[in-house]
Amino acid sequence: MNQQLLSLAIWLPILGAVPVFWAGSDRRDLVRWLALAVAVAGFLVTIPLYTGFDPKIAGMQFVEQAPWIPRFNVQYFLGVDGISMPFILLNSLITVMVVLAGWEVIEEKQAQYMGAFLVMSGLMNGIFSALDGVLFYVFFEASLIPMYIIIGVWGGPNRVYAAIKFFLYTLLGSLLMLVALIWLFLEARGSFNILDWHQLQIGMKPQILIFIAFLVSFAVKVPMWPVHTWLPDAHVEAPTGGSVVLAAIALKLGAYGFVRFSLPIVPDAAHYMANFMITLSLIAVVYIGFVALVQTDMKKLIAYSSISHMGFVTLGFFIFNQIGIEGALVQMISHGFISAAMFLCVGVMYDRMHSRQIADYGGVVHTMPKFAALFVFFAMANSGLPATSGFVGEFMVILGAIKANFWLGFLAATTLILGAAYTLWMIKRVVFGAVGNAHVAEMQDISGREFLVLGLLAVCVLAMGLYPFPFTEVMHASVDNLLKHVAVSKL
Amino acid sequence: MLNNFVMPDLYPAAPEIFLLLMSFLVLFVDLIFGATHRWMAAMLTAVTLLGAALITLVTSDPQPVLTFSGMFVDDMLADFLKLMTYFAVLMMLVYSRQYLADRGLDKGEFYLLVIYATLGMMIMISAANFLTMYLGLELMSLSLYGLVAIDRNSTRCTEAAMKYFVLGALASGLLLYGMSMVYGATGSLELGGVAQALYQGQTEKTVLVFGLVFIVAGIAFKLGLVPFHMWIPDVYHGAPTAVTMFIGSAPKLAAFAMALRLLVYGMLGLATDWQKMLMVMAVLSIALGNLAAIAQTNIKRMLAYSAISHMGYMVLGLMSGVVAGKIDPFTATNAYSSALYYTVAYVLMSLGAFGAVLLLSRAGYEAENLEDFKGLNKRSPWFAAMMLIMMFSMAGIPFFIGFFAKFAVLLAAIKAGYVTVAVIAVMFSLIGAFYYLRVVKLMYFDAPVDSAPITAGLDVRVLFSLNGLAVAGLGLFPNEVMMLCTTALLRSV
Repeated sequence: MNQQLLSLAIWLPILGAVPVFWAGSDRRDLVRWLALAVAVAGFLVTIPLYTGFDPKIAGMQFVEQAPWIPRFNVQYFLGVDGISMPFILLNSLITVMVVLAGWEVIEEKQAQYMGAFLVMSGLMNGIFSALDGVLFYVFFEASLIPMYIIIGVWGGPNRVYAAIKFFLYTLLGSLLMLVALIWLFLEARGSFNILDWHQLQIGMKPQILIFIAFLVSFAVKVPMWPVHTWLPDAHVEAPTGGSVVLAAIALKLGAYGFVRFSLPIVPDAAHYMANFMITLSLIAVVYIGFVALVQTDMKKLIAYSSISHMGFVTLGFFIFNQIGIEGALVQMISHGFISAAMFLCVGVMYDRMHSRQIADYGGVVHTMPKFAALFVFFAMANSGLPATSGFVGEFMVILGAIKANFWLGFLAATTLILGAAYTLWMIKRVVFGAVGNAHVAEMQDISGREFLVLGLLAVCVLAMGLYPFPFTEVMHASVDNLLKHVAVSKL
Repeated sequence: MLNNFVMPDLYPAAPEIFLLLMSFLVLFVDLIFGATHRWMAAMLTAVTLLGAALITLVTSDPQPVLTFSGMFVDDMLADFLKLMTYFAVLMMLVYSRQYLADRGLDKGEFYLLVIYATLGMMIMISAANFLTMYLGLELMSLSLYGLVAIDRNSTRCTEAAMKYFVLGALASGLLLYGMSMVYGATGSLELGGVAQALYQGQTEKTVLVFGLVFIVAGIAFKLGLVPFHMWIPDVYHGAPTAVTMFIGSAPKLAAFAMALRLLVYGMLGLATDWQKMLMVMAVLSIALGNLAAIAQTNIKRMLAYSAISHMGYMVLGLMSGVVAGKIDPFTATNAYSSALYYTVAYVLMSLGAFGAVLLLSRAGYEAENLEDFKGLNKRSPWFAAMMLIMMFSMAGIPFFIGFFAKFAVLLAAIKAGYVTVAVIAVMFSLIGAFYYLRVVKLMYFDAPVDSAPITAGLDVRVLFSLNGLAVAGLGLFPNEVMMLCTTALLRSV
């Protein structure tokens, strides 16, 4: 049983989606409970991944290896280390939240909605656990299909544009990556095994080309400035659930790609390009922070805030020290919780008012006190308040940056001010003050179901902020190993 | 003189002979029962194809066998391609049964022409001599011209057939001219003899290359490569959808066989010359096919341009067998089997895509505009999902067979050192993804304009579902078909 845990985490949601599709959209109760059951089961099977994980081992655990396409020596090769394991748990947890969030709001074709999220959840787990280049690529690209459908079918008025932009932008990156993967396969004398690639000796010029091919792919996904423009569109148009999965999981794929591919396979190119990457990251942190400040649409504001926070993650990776990389990983998980919660909060308000404009709100605290408390809490976490998870990651990355260069850390630290500025200013205008208009006065406070979802996330954010040790503990050995590996030249 | 005559071994050509004999039977049956029992000709054609499949399997020999004084070859590659051809033709027959009946096109001529076109393809597949190749090609082409014009009251069909005929005749002429040049230079019409002569190297290079250019042009016409692609959009658009489906599927297999036999088995010695020609044509086809498809509003035309680009990708595999003038058997098998795999995958997807058009068509109504796919998800989620699979597969998105076809071809190209070409190819497939995405957008994101229920019969429904599931299933487990392609190539002459 222990041997097939990862397969279970991948295929249980995907196969579980079949009866959900089958139930059809007319039987809403059946569809919803079925989807919830599958999502919860999908989460439960990932728990042993954490409990059975040995934090002292730097290598891959829960490994599954079987031939898939012997013709090209492609293997069905799965495994997780301390870097990827937490994301599988995060992803499976978020799927449960998404199913709950779409419980009543989605009225049209609910079966397809729920099914698409379950399929995507399985595919995402596949991306995080694949250790074969082709297997990784296949999951990576296939996950575009459900997202495309989700944005396009249940999205806002400009959904078609956003969906196609999302798809083509991401495809652009991944196609170049495919060429790089095939090149590595030939270079490795017919192996798609990512762990083999980590040992490969590659010259400087090909290293840089491969780095760029991966960079295009992952930078679009993260997204890094200047290829971030699809994200605000996709976020604004996507239904709440879509935004949540995009922000909490999909953005992490790009960052994960850097640590799994770029850094260990082409370390010399990574060092060579580090200043360039750091510059891009800082632009994302500072410039996008200012862009977020002037947004009038709440979802857009959170989208830009996501880009800014992800800038922190890429910054952490490319300063090449332990605390920086661990901080970036913590930041990724923490951002997964916080951004999911922020989008869910906006979703809660949107379901009642059908507006995402900040100007349409005001004084929400008077009509929805329970909700306001949670929303303010998540906003604090988003701006990096100590004792929330948002603080831990940012603090670690800033610490790492200062170790590398004082001014780097100084610039990165401006995010603490900017982040607080745009988030809290939005909160001030939306939550506090006098009741804005008659519509706000009629708003109902959150239901038990919504409270459950947001409350659960709040617990996660708080727990991670107060006691991050269980999260960092599993990463130590793997990050250590990664750093040792990156420090050795492959020329 | 008659004393020298030796009765050729007919055994390797048994499927062809069977098909020919059965065609007479179909003719007679149609003559007698055609007016009252139209289904008989269709049934008999299906039985013929199944019978031919059985004979091909039974007479299959792991070793290549030459017969008719070395003009005809029966090897594993031929058997594999023939089986795929029967399979594609059978699928076409099932898909189009109702469509033809609704339009009064299910005449005996239709089935007869289909049998003769199939016979032509089989001869092309088994050709080991320039003349056999030409014979098969003409038999196939003339039958196809007739099929395009089968709806003789439609001016659109007649126009398409005319265009097809004129351009096709020109291409045949080019091919024949090229063959005569090569014959002049090498003194042999047999592909083996040509290869031998080229290997010994005592030939006039100028004449050879001159002839080669014409032969490549003829092949490019049949494959529909830019700049010999002009007929494809018009014929695909003008022909009745059932015939379009036929032209868009099985003949691609025959054209692949023609390219492989002529260029690889016959003229491998000139590989460095034809490689360059194929590379230019492949890149142009991928570029133009994908760009032009965006502008189309008619799905048959869109699929026509998509066919052009797909054949470009296939040729990418075909040209990657010889690296820097050196022939390494391992690399070569890899490359040719990737092209073969691409062709097989494409035929399967093409049948499915045209199958969707037939599925949505009904008596007096052709669902050939992109608009007709609007809101399909509301009308039938299942068929929308199948079409979604088909479109994403054509766009080369995993887990579908189309991705692995592109993957294999790209791998071959990169291995042969064509990294730049591979990058260009994937960039254009990004552009190509747009128009496939648009079909998915119409089906899923838009409201239906046509709310009439889908009236297609059970046979079409089941076949379309199986086709979609096959495209998905063979994407999840691509190894078996890949291996089959490789084995077939390894066991060929």
